[in-house]
Amino acid sequence: MKCGVLALQGCINPHLRLLSAIGVNAIKVRDINELKQCDRLIIPGGESTTMLTLLKKVSLFEALREFCLTKPVWGICAGAILLAKEVRNPSQESLAVMNIAATRNYYGCQLDSFKALVTLKEPELQTKVSFIRAPALKPLSAEVRTLASHNGLGVHYREGNLMASAFHIELGDETALHRYFMSI
Amino acid sequence: MDLKTGLAEMLCNGVIMDVVTAEQAKIAEDAGAVAVMALERVPADIRRDGGIARMSDPALIEAIKEAVSIPVMAKVRIGHTGEAQILEAIGIDFIDESEVLTPADPESHIDKFRFKTPFVCGATNLGEALRRISEGAALIRTKGEAGTGDIIEAVRHLKLINRELVELSELKGSDLDRKASEYRVPYELVEMVAKSGKLPVPNFAAGGVATPADAALVRSLGAEAVFVGSGIFKSDNPPAYARAIVQACTYYDKPEVLLEVSRNLGTPMRGVASSTLEEGEKLAKRGW
Repeated sequence: MKCGVLALQGCINPHLRLLSAIGVNAIKVRDINELKQCDRLIIPGGESTTMLTLLKKVSLFEALREFCLTKPVWGICAGAILLAKEVRNPSQESLAVMNIAATRNYYGCQLDSFKALVTLKEPELQTKVSFIRAPALKPLSAEVRTLASHNGLGVHYREGNLMASAFHIELGDETALHRYFMSI
Repeated sequence: MDLKTGLAEMLCNGVIMDVVTAEQAKIAEDAGAVAVMALERVPADIRRDGGIARMSDPALIEAIKEAVSIPVMAKVRIGHTGEAQILEAIGIDFIDESEVLTPADPESHIDKFRFKTPFVCGATNLGEALRRISEGAALIRTKGEAGTGDIIEAVRHLKLINRELVELSELKGSDLDRKASEYRVPYELVEMVAKSGKLPVPNFAAGGVATPADAALVRSLGAEAVFVGSGIFKSDNPPAYARAIVQACTYYDKPEVLLEVSRNLGTPMRGVASSTLEEGEKLAKRGW
């Protein structure tokens, strides 16, 4: 089983480090051939506008959209924005494969970034995570399960084979969510 | 990892572009920049104009911040906490304590732990990088020689830091003690870096990047992202250069992509060979 980490731009190495710690064979994905070798994919945090521009440049956009329809994909922060059906502030194109709405930079600028203790329902886990210029993610369908909330707002979701997080768990040493993703 | 270095991690594999107007900031964002550096003059113009180079007008920085959705950085003079306070009040995402501006404090760099805003600082060698980190820098970049379009100094700084990291990782006990006092940083920091063999914060390249091939070169030497100052908006065709350098940064080890993006770009920034500069004209010498 091979897990890809989309490596166009962003927070790539912290995921590779955690995946390696739990014994997962992980590769960086920058083109269609690398994507084809994977049976699941993490789209990391970074800048969604940059990733979108690069996806278009190398014709990876359509292949990635199709990948999301059948394989487990976990989008984090910018990655969640790419998965979302609707993107606001400003509105922008996305893969539009998951029934969530993403509002970019919801909390403000870097000064508004924060750490918080969140409780996940699946896997059962309480851990401190980082919200860095994070988006707000809201469910658009009953098919979307809210697996963690913070201050009344959902911050981690699952819909079938897709998972989306507003926060960064990969900047710490907790591996439970990565192990859970590998079990989807 | 703290939130400051967390944001630096999000910028990895990306390109941060100098912009002097809101229009340029939009061009940079549309081309795929991960962040913009808002300033009144790009380094090539600062070099040409001479005089004292200071923090930019807050109104300009605010207009650029308003124009884009990506993070915005701005520069303060080395040691100038007054300017840094103003940038923090704007809500800037990253502060560059930069040798491109005229230094303000002959003794100390800014105590960056006092600020909630993350700082990036330049370094020409490992000791300098570790001093900045021990003062609270969340991100290190090479100094290069800003505004020249000459890549040789950025390459020199990257190679030297890489070599010094290897040398440090081979040291133990009292030798590490000696290094800590030579570098004028806490022993614990030197010990941690010796053990891991790398800096505890990302290391980006800056200073002299003018073409997609330059970006690929510094990435291949281990730079985790690239700052481009004058290289984009002093070229013939800024949007084309911006897009090409973004792709080169991601596909730095894929010759077929580099070839494709390098074709028909028009003339790059003219530049000046850093070896022809007088010692006093070298910005990389500023700071310690």
